[in-house]
Parts: sequence; C-alpha cells; structure tokens
Amino acid sequence: MHELSLAENILEIVRESVSSNGGGRLKSVKVRIGELAGVVPDSLDLCFTALTKGTELENAKLDIERCGIVAHCRDCGIDSVVEGMTFKCPACGSGNIKVISGNELQVMEIEVDDECSNS
Amino acid sequence: MSVVTVERKVLEKNDELAQLNRELFKKHGTFVINLVSSPGSGKTSLLEKTLEHLNGRVKVAVIEGDVQTDLDAQRVAKFDVPVVQIVTNGGCHLDARLVQDALGKMELGGINLLVIENVGNLVCPAGYDLGEAMKVVIASTTEGDDKPLKYPAMFRNASVLVINKIDLVPYLSCNLAELRANALRINPNLAVFETSCTTGSGVREWSEWLITEAGTTSR
Repeated sequence: MHELSLAENILEIVRESVSSNGGGRLKSVKVRIGELAGVVPDSLDLCFTALTKGTELENAKLDIERCGIVAHCRDCGIDSVVEGMTFKCPACGSGNIKVISGNELQVMEIEVDDECSNS
Repeated sequence: MSVVTVERKVLEKNDELAQLNRELFKKHGTFVINLVSSPGSGKTSLLEKTLEHLNGRVKVAVIEGDVQTDLDAQRVAKFDVPVVQIVTNGGCHLDARLVQDALGKMELGGINLLVIENVGNLVCPAGYDLGEAMKVVIASTTEGDDKPLKYPAMFRNASVLVINKIDLVPYLSCNLAELRANALRINPNLAVFETSCTTGSGVREWSEWLITEAGTTSR
C-alpha cells in the first residue's frame, strides 16, 4: 500500500504548485503513471480522496493517465511497444533494450480555479 | 480557470536523497546492494550464508528493513558485522530517507560491501531508489516459477536474480528452467545464481561474485 505515501507526495507537489501560481482552488490534477510503476490507480485515487477530504483541496479530481511500456533497442535502434511483458526487440530479437516509457510516476499539470483565490 | 504545467516526478524527493546516499557510497568506495524479495524467500538466510562464506574477507555492513521487530538484525549481528535495523512500523518498503537515517548510525569508512535488506514485498520496493549500485532479487522455488511474470517491475529493475531453495525442487511443481526463462523474458540482462541455504549449494559462486563486485567498486 505505498499508494498512500505516493498520494502524500502528489499533494505536496500540488500544494507547492498552487501556491507558486498565486493560489486558487484546485479543480483537478493530472498524473501520468506507467504500467511498470507498480501503482494501482484505484488505490491511488482512494488515497487521494481520503487525504484531501476536509482540506482546501477537497473535491479536486485526480486524473490518471496510464502509459504503456515502450522500449528502445540498443542494437537495431527501433522503438517498440512491449506486449505481454516480453522485453525483446520485435524487429531483431535482441534483449539489449532500454525501457524509455512505462516507469513514469509524474505530476503533469494542475487545473486551478483562479476566481476562488480569495474565498 | 487556468491549467498550470507541473511535470515533476512524484518521487523526486526520494530520488534526490538517493543521489546523496549514492554519493556517500562512492566517496567511501562501498558497493551497495538492495536485497529484495517476497517475505520468506530467504533474504536473511542467504545473507547469513554469504557472511559465513565471506568470513571477513571483505568488510561488510548491513541495514535491515522490517515492518516490525529487530529479529533479523539479531541474526546478522552474530557474524560480528555492523548492522542497523530499520523498523518501518507498517511501511511496506524502505525509502532513501530511512536509509539516510540508518547511515547516520553507522561508520561507512572501510566498508567494502553494504547489504540493504528491504522489507519483504515484490511490489513497492521496485519503485524506490535507495542509492544502491543494484537491486538483487531473490525468487525462491516454493513461490512457483511464475513470479517474474506476476511482478515484472521488480525483475525488470533488478540486475541479479538469486533462485533460492533449489534443494526443494524435487518436492515442488516449480520448474527451474521455466522460472529462469520467465525472469529472462522480463529482463534478459539478469545475472542468475541458484542457491540453497540448507545445503549451501551455490553460495560460493554468489559470494565470490559479490567479492569481485565489491573489489571493483573500492578500486
């Protein structure tokens, strides 16, 4: 259940971002999570809701964007989608590949309602 | 209404601290492994067998991570090596800050090899960099041969796989070749060792490899 600590980290980043943007009411936060990041989206959403309840961020929406696994072959140079957890270049069969997408765990953007900044 | 671009890593704080840990390890020439596995696969047993085999040839220190108790630290301390226990009190993984705190309680000078035994869990520890040189994942034969497919992130992020409890294979439906193939499907670059902490089989090969790696780091 490390989703709880991840949600705490997300909220810390969100609060800093809202504040450096001059305040306002958070409407939503978009996070990008790779399939290899080991995160259960529903759990993260649950933790996010629990942690924001009763705070200034209550009712903000967590928008989770999933991204698949993409690998770059160091031998033939081709980028390909990793299917069925087989980490092998589909073009040349090499296992000498680098995962270039799939480990993401990032806060991408926040949506803030500026009009409520003084409320 | 305005949309503000953030683009910050959720684990950025952890990554920063991990980098500080890594710099400290580099300064002391300490080779550091992050030992991960599911609970009960034999992390502490392998560590005991390894310490027995190393027999003081390299200076080892240990950080033990557990949800509760210092039982593992007690086991390791019998080998007369510095050991610090981290009790996470429910936390399912070690993070770079916990390791940084533990490092404050030990003297790294002269230590060639630091083993960080993580909390038994094949999910969460995969995402947390502690500053280690590499993750070593243990898969024991009693867990079955499909674990790498079920927990790909961990096997993908590890550099070494130790297949433990190989003495039990005759009594299990676990297929060793299949286990190995599944792990290599996730990560073709894994170095693989096969061990039994009961018979001692394979402990020498694994320990000698560690000595070589530790020697390369301290030079």
